[in-house]
Amino acid sequence: MDRDGIRHVQSERLRETVERVYFNVPYYRNKMQEAGLGPESIQTIDDIKKLPFTTKTDLRDNYPFGLFAVPMSEIVRVHASSGTTGKPTVVGYTRNDIATWSEVMARTLTAAGANRNDFIQVAYGYGLFTGGLGLHYGGEKIGASVIPISGGNTVRQIQLMHDFGSTVLACTPSYAMFLAEAIEESGIKREELKLRVGVFGAEPWTENMRREIEDKLSIKAIDIYGLSEVIGPGVASECPVQNGLHINEDHFYPEILDPKTLEVLPAGSTGELVFTTITKEGLPLIRYRTRDLTRLHYEKCSCGRTMVRMEKCLGRSDDMLIIRGVNLFPSQVESVLLEMSEIKPHYLLIVDRINNLDTLELKVEVDEAFFQDKISQLESLRQKLQNNLENSLGLGIKVTLVEPKMIERSEGKSKRVLDKRKF
Amino acid sequence: MIIHQLSIFLENKSGRLTEVLEVLGEENIRITALSVADTTEFGILRLIVSDPARARELLKEHNFTVNLTEVISVSAPSEAKYYAKVLRILSDLDISVEYTYAFSVGDKSIIILRCSNSEDAIKALKSHELELLKASDLYKI
Repeated sequence: MDRDGIRHVQSERLRETVERVYFNVPYYRNKMQEAGLGPESIQTIDDIKKLPFTTKTDLRDNYPFGLFAVPMSEIVRVHASSGTTGKPTVVGYTRNDIATWSEVMARTLTAAGANRNDFIQVAYGYGLFTGGLGLHYGGEKIGASVIPISGGNTVRQIQLMHDFGSTVLACTPSYAMFLAEAIEESGIKREELKLRVGVFGAEPWTENMRREIEDKLSIKAIDIYGLSEVIGPGVASECPVQNGLHINEDHFYPEILDPKTLEVLPAGSTGELVFTTITKEGLPLIRYRTRDLTRLHYEKCSCGRTMVRMEKCLGRSDDMLIIRGVNLFPSQVESVLLEMSEIKPHYLLIVDRINNLDTLELKVEVDEAFFQDKISQLESLRQKLQNNLENSLGLGIKVTLVEPKMIERSEGKSKRVLDKRKF
Repeated sequence: MIIHQLSIFLENKSGRLTEVLEVLGEENIRITALSVADTTEFGILRLIVSDPARARELLKEHNFTVNLTEVISVSAPSEAKYYAKVLRILSDLDISVEYTYAFSVGDKSIIILRCSNSEDAIKALKSHELELLKASDLYKI
């Protein structure tokens, strides 16, 4: 389809979406009325600029189901992702949404070169996280044989990969690196495996990492992009040309925004990626700010696809970190520290990637009033803080106690985090 | 009989111990005894010094986490059986020793003890005719 054809479809679907949210979601209706807008104000896709933005905070404020646009009887599935204040971000799908999701995932897998003859080993987590089930439905849709092994248990991953003859591996890129090394150590020879393609996403990774994975596993490593709020995996994915990720823009309309002025930037500019879902029923999102920074390219790809391409994300316009696929805001760490009187909330969060797995270390100052000359007391304080953090963040973390004033004092949050990973 | 020991929280980082000693050295503070308890990541430096209150202030000015801890000190012949006797007396009375360290001067051992109850420990050790040292005795060594 040419660009004009795409715009025509987008205009029509946007009109329908706006009408649905206006009449079914009080939150959107109020926001539109405040801006002096009615459903008739939106005629073409260019009118999207008039609509207000939606943020993660809006989702949280309407927790759990406040932004759903259909009665709960129409919802057939909910997923959730970790949130900053203990409240997760909840997303709901109607039967049609699941069909849409399967469709965009089928495109993702097809673009990666998979077909009905493939064995797809889905090593993304199954459960509230959208990765596992997203890949699963896409795999079934193209008629491939899906192995729903979920994440972890590396020994079994390798055994089934070998015994079943998996041809496609779907997981996070850091787990793919980890698996590659575990396969080397297992003594299994590469020629005993039938693996040929990897579909990797849910966390940032570099071109270097891609080359290393492709080299170690002798596969083509395909980058995929998605976020649960929009649908999960399947928002955008690479074709074999590997020159940007094609956005499924007949379902998810992208814009690039200057995160400071909130102005829409012209094609080719770097800025924050914003999505409007134009077919979703359960949880339609209007101009949802992803906080991911990237660029869009509208020229036709040499693979023949005309769908707009996004570059690999270059960073975030907020301070969210993605650690082993889990979203983490420094404010989550801060709230745990504030609950403990023995600790001063002066901290430094150090993120690194060691042996291809993300590591998290927290350096925190001991309060002098608490310091009592006992190793056992300090050690149990360290352990307690570590447990509290792990329970609250859902992530393993190493806590190190440091002397006071060792951590630089600053009002800005950026100094609170040292990300040593190279993206 | 109660002695104020300096306890300093230190990260296991090269140069930190040197910095503590340099701060104290500049003010001519004398160190009678020193001991370090450490884990892989941090340690506690324990010092008996000539002017603990002043030393504490100095270290605080230099941003160290420092506290004064009550310890007691016994002088006994430097043979194992005397150290054993001290510990036996305390354990018989259920007074726990959180840590102890010692050094020798001539044929005497100076034993430093951190006990769960310093007053009771002093009473018990005195009743067995052991020689307890005052802070001023220690600073003179």
